[in-house]
Amino acid sequence: MAKVPVQFTLNGSEKAEFVDSGTTLLHALRDKIGDTSPKGGCHQGTCGACSVIIDGELRLSCLTLAETCDGAVISTTSGLSDSGVLHPLQRAFLDTFATQCGFCTPGMIMAAKVLLDHTPNPSRDEVVEALSGNICRCTGYEPIIQAVLTAARSNSQNAA
Amino acid sequence: MAIRRGRGVAAINYPTGMNLGGDPTQALVHSTPTGNFMVTLSSVDLGQGMKQIMAQICAETIGVPTDRVVVDTADTDTGPHCMGTFASRGTHRAGNAVIQAAREARQVMLEVAAEELEVNASDLETDGQGNILVKGAPQKSISIFDVALSAHFKRGRSISGRGMFLIPRSYPEKETGAMKPSTCYAHACTVAEVEVDDETGEVTVLTVKNVFEIGRALNPKMVEQQLVGGSWMGISHALYETTEPYYPNRDHGGTDFNQYLMPGPGDLAETEIIVLERPSADGPYGAKGPGEMCANPQIPAVANAVFDAVGVRIDTLPITPERILRALKAQAAN
Repeated sequence: MAKVPVQFTLNGSEKAEFVDSGTTLLHALRDKIGDTSPKGGCHQGTCGACSVIIDGELRLSCLTLAETCDGAVISTTSGLSDSGVLHPLQRAFLDTFATQCGFCTPGMIMAAKVLLDHTPNPSRDEVVEALSGNICRCTGYEPIIQAVLTAARSNSQNAA
Repeated sequence: MAIRRGRGVAAINYPTGMNLGGDPTQALVHSTPTGNFMVTLSSVDLGQGMKQIMAQICAETIGVPTDRVVVDTADTDTGPHCMGTFASRGTHRAGNAVIQAAREARQVMLEVAAEELEVNASDLETDGQGNILVKGAPQKSISIFDVALSAHFKRGRSISGRGMFLIPRSYPEKETGAMKPSTCYAHACTVAEVEVDDETGEVTVLTVKNVFEIGRALNPKMVEQQLVGGSWMGISHALYETTEPYYPNRDHGGTDFNQYLMPGPGDLAETEIIVLERPSADGPYGAKGPGEMCANPQIPAVANAVFDAVGVRIDTLPITPERILRALKAQAAN
């Protein structure tokens, strides 16, 4: 079967790949491009570990076909830090011990980033709602909720 | 039909590690030419932070900053033997093995430093910052960096150590059956408050208050992290998790983790964690195993709270709405 050409912007740089028709974005990112920050958990769209941001919206890369992303702007957790300086969400996840095994962390951070991009000062309920598509097996969620609230506070302090 | 409140309490003793045929873990420690220290283990970090704890234990024993220690748990084929990361045994067993290995490595390090400084090794101490000093005369000192270079390129010494920790197998006494299954116990007590809807059988955990006695908390923030997660897991065990949720017909059962229920971020009980530290006699720097223990007391506490709320004893996990409704029906029939 003919390969399909796909071009998109990943974390600010142009990427071009030939993929098999039907290849998921998750597979293309991890195995073709080498960005392993999105994780393959359930491969059925229920765990959220593969979450990425496509054109400003939270998407499950395991349910997104790579060929549908032609021309898209895609962000993953690996592109969050700026010249070695961690993103406020990454900093907050570290400071509040919101990571144990770390498998859910990239998806959690992407979900939180979309929330904070649209709602800089979310309520606890809004954080819970934003994280409700992501499964964590280790932390009991509370440290993750606190991390997102902490990042929101540090953002608003920096803005002030 | 009403929402009924109940409160339940449970307390547990939890053994650290197991005793099926002896419970060993081994460790190796060696220095690099620049005076960093490698800990080689087969024990696996599952995300609970074993590498951090082993680095702390090694650093404390040798007398260097924690960031001078690298923990390698790469390969169970080639590393020193470990029974595994389970039964809350990692910190206790591997930690003791690392202490023994690090002590031996420290002794060689001090011997090499003694040769360089022309003093007796027993007169030397470490400052915890990467230097070795003569006791009472700290102006006479040498960096561990220089000691390692000397050992490697001048003295022909290997700054290394071997560690072995074994809890021997305990056999039951023939007459009484008494045995010693564990040498070290952690403890916990939980009070859970629930609401039970006696029409739907649904249970909501309102609050869960936990006290954990875990020996010395070698890394208090990581201990707290594990206990908070564990408390959530305990509620998950009590009310949600099973591979066979749809009794009695297997055809309706779950086929993968998509049908495996766990509470999400919107289902959290108000959780309180209190840590008591009673250093253990045989743990590394007094540590016990808090790992699995912390997910246990919530289960009987929730079961007792359900009994307090609606008067039925559910003795099969998880405590599903269906089981509660069947029990209520049976209770009404009597």
